[in-house]
Amino acid sequence: MQFKKSWIMALTLTSVLALSACGNGNNGGNKATTNTGGNTPAATNTESSSGTKLSGSVLASGSTALQPLVEQVAEEFMKTNAGVDIQVQGGGSGTGLTQVSEKQVDIGNSDVFAEEKLKDAAKAAELVDHQVAVVAIAAVSNPKAGVDSLTKQQLIDIFTGKITNWKEVGGADQAIQIINRPASSGTRATFESFALGTKTEDLKGSIQEDSSGTVKKMIGETPGAIGYLALSYLDDSVKTLNYDGVEPSVDNVVAGKYPVWAYEHMYTNGEPNETVKAFLDYFLTDEVQTGDVVELGYIPASKMQVSRDVAGTVTPK
Amino acid sequence: MRGQPTNKRLEKHHIENLIGRIYMSFCVLLLIVIIVSMVYFVASKGVANFVSGEVKVSEFLFGTKWSPEADTPSYGAFPFISGSFLVTLLAALIASPLSICAALFMTEIVPGWGKKLLQPVIELLSGIPSVVYGFVGLSVIVPFLRDTLPGQGIGVAAGALVLSVMILPTITSVAADALASLPQNLKESSFALGATRWQTISRVILPTTFPAIMTGVVLGMARAFGEALAVQMVIGNAPFVPHSLFESASTLTSVITLGMGNTTMGSPQNNALWSMALVLMLMTFVFVLLVRMLERRNEI
Repeated sequence: MQFKKSWIMALTLTSVLALSACGNGNNGGNKATTNTGGNTPAATNTESSSGTKLSGSVLASGSTALQPLVEQVAEEFMKTNAGVDIQVQGGGSGTGLTQVSEKQVDIGNSDVFAEEKLKDAAKAAELVDHQVAVVAIAAVSNPKAGVDSLTKQQLIDIFTGKITNWKEVGGADQAIQIINRPASSGTRATFESFALGTKTEDLKGSIQEDSSGTVKKMIGETPGAIGYLALSYLDDSVKTLNYDGVEPSVDNVVAGKYPVWAYEHMYTNGEPNETVKAFLDYFLTDEVQTGDVVELGYIPASKMQVSRDVAGTVTPK
Repeated sequence: MRGQPTNKRLEKHHIENLIGRIYMSFCVLLLIVIIVSMVYFVASKGVANFVSGEVKVSEFLFGTKWSPEADTPSYGAFPFISGSFLVTLLAALIASPLSICAALFMTEIVPGWGKKLLQPVIELLSGIPSVVYGFVGLSVIVPFLRDTLPGQGIGVAAGALVLSVMILPTITSVAADALASLPQNLKESSFALGATRWQTISRVILPTTFPAIMTGVVLGMARAFGEALAVQMVIGNAPFVPHSLFESASTLTSVITLGMGNTTMGSPQNNALWSMALVLMLMTFVFVLLVRMLERRNEI
C-alpha cells in the first residue's frame, strides 16, 4: 500500500513538473545559449572547427517543409559537437516567425520572408535572415490531362477559374479540378507570386489540402486535377508541367531560367550566439549544401547564380 | 498499555487522511486552474478581433466570404459554421440507427456471443487514430464516391461517412450501457402480457431508454463537431457553403488546422481562427448542456 501511494504521488509530481517544463522549456533553452555566449567572450572569433568546445541547447521551430533538412543536419552537427543539443520542432512558418520574434526559440524556420508574414515591420526588422536552401515549385497535373506545358497566362486563367476544361489549353476534354493549398500556405504564396504574379481567390469546388503528400495523391488519382508541388515530391504518378516552355529542373532554377522558387529561411532574433552561429555556418558548408540539401530534394542556396530580395527582384550574383 | 498503540494508529490514520486530502485538493485545484485558464485563453484570443474592431461579430458569424490574404481581407466564417453543422448532423443521422441496432443486438438479441464479439470490435474502432480514418477515407471512400456518384469524391458526403464511423463506438457503447441497465421486470412484464420480442423492443425498451440513447447521440455529435484531422483530409476545404453533398466544403476545425501554423500570432487572420475555436468551445458547452438536460430527463 505504502509503495503504491508514493508511486501515485511520484507520478503526479512528474506530470506536474512536465507541465511546468512545457511552459519554461523554451526560456530554459534561451538562457542556456545566452550563458554560453557570455561565458566564452574570448572565443567569439575562433572558428568552431578549430577546436573550441561548443555547448548549449538550440531550439528551432517553424516550417514543416524545412523541418526534415534541419533535423538531419542538426543530428550530424550534434555528432561532432557533443556538448550541443539541438531541438527541431514543426508548427508552420507563421509559428516559427512568431516564436523567434518573441524570443521563445533561437531559430525560426520559414518558407517566406519575415516581412511578408509579420504585420509589425519593426519586429521583422529585428530578425536576421539566413537563407540555407532553395525550394522550387512546379505546376503538376493528372497524367491524363494531356498537357505538357502551360504558359503563365494559361495558369492564371486556370487558377482564377476562367479556363475550366483541359481542351481549352490543348489537352483532353476533361473538366479541370484545382487542388490548392490553404490561403496562408507558404508554398501557395510562392506559386502565386512567381508563377501567377497575382494572388488568387479560392474558387468554389476547389480542393485544399495541407500536406504535399496528400496533394500528390489527390492529383494522381483525380481526373483532370491540377496543382503544384515542390520538386522533391515529383514522381511518375503526376505529370510535371513546363512553365512557359521551361522545364522545372534544378539546373534551370540554379541558372535563374525557371522563376518559381523561394528561399528556405532560418531566422534568428538579432545576431546569433556562438553555438547558433556555428550551426548556421555549418549549414552553408559544402558538406551540407551538396550533401544533405541535395539528398533531401532541396536546391543548395550557395549554388544559385541569381538572388532575390523581399520585393521579388531577381539579380544575378 | 493498550491505549498507546490505538492512539498511534489513530495518529497515523489522521496523517494519512491529511496527506490524502492535501494531495486530492492539489489535483482538483490544478485541474480547475488548467480548465479556467484554457477557457480564458481561447475566449480572450477569440474576441480580440471583435474588440479591436477589425471584424464585426455579425460579419464573422454570417459573412459568407472568407479571404484573409486578400488586400481587403474579409473574415466571414459562415461557410465553416454551416459545414461543421452539416457534417455533424449527417454523421449522426448515418451512425445513430447503426449504433442503436448494434447496441440492441448486443444486449437484447444475442447477449451471449453477440456482445463478446461486437464489444471488442467497437472498442477497437474508438482506439484507431483519426489520421488513419482520414487516410482510409482518402484511399477508399473518396475513390468509391468519385467512381459512383457525381463530383470528385471529396466533399461533405465523404466527411460525413468518415465521421459516422468515428462516432459509432461512442453512440453504441452509451446506448448499450443504457439498454443493459434497464430493469429486467419491465421486459418480463411485457413478455408476460404476450408481447413479441419486437413489440417489447419498439414499445417498451426503446421509449424508456430514449433519453439515454439520445445522450449517446449528442456525445457522438460533440465528437464529430470537434474532429479535425480526418475531416480535413476528405472534405476538400473550399471556403464556401456547399450546395450539394458531393461538393468541397470546410468545417471550423479543418480551417483552424490548415491555417493555425501558417499565420503569425496576433495577426487578424490568426485571431479569426481563435474566434472559430471560441465558436467550437461554445458549441461544446451547448452539447454538454444538452447531455445534462437529457440525463435529468432520464432520472424522472
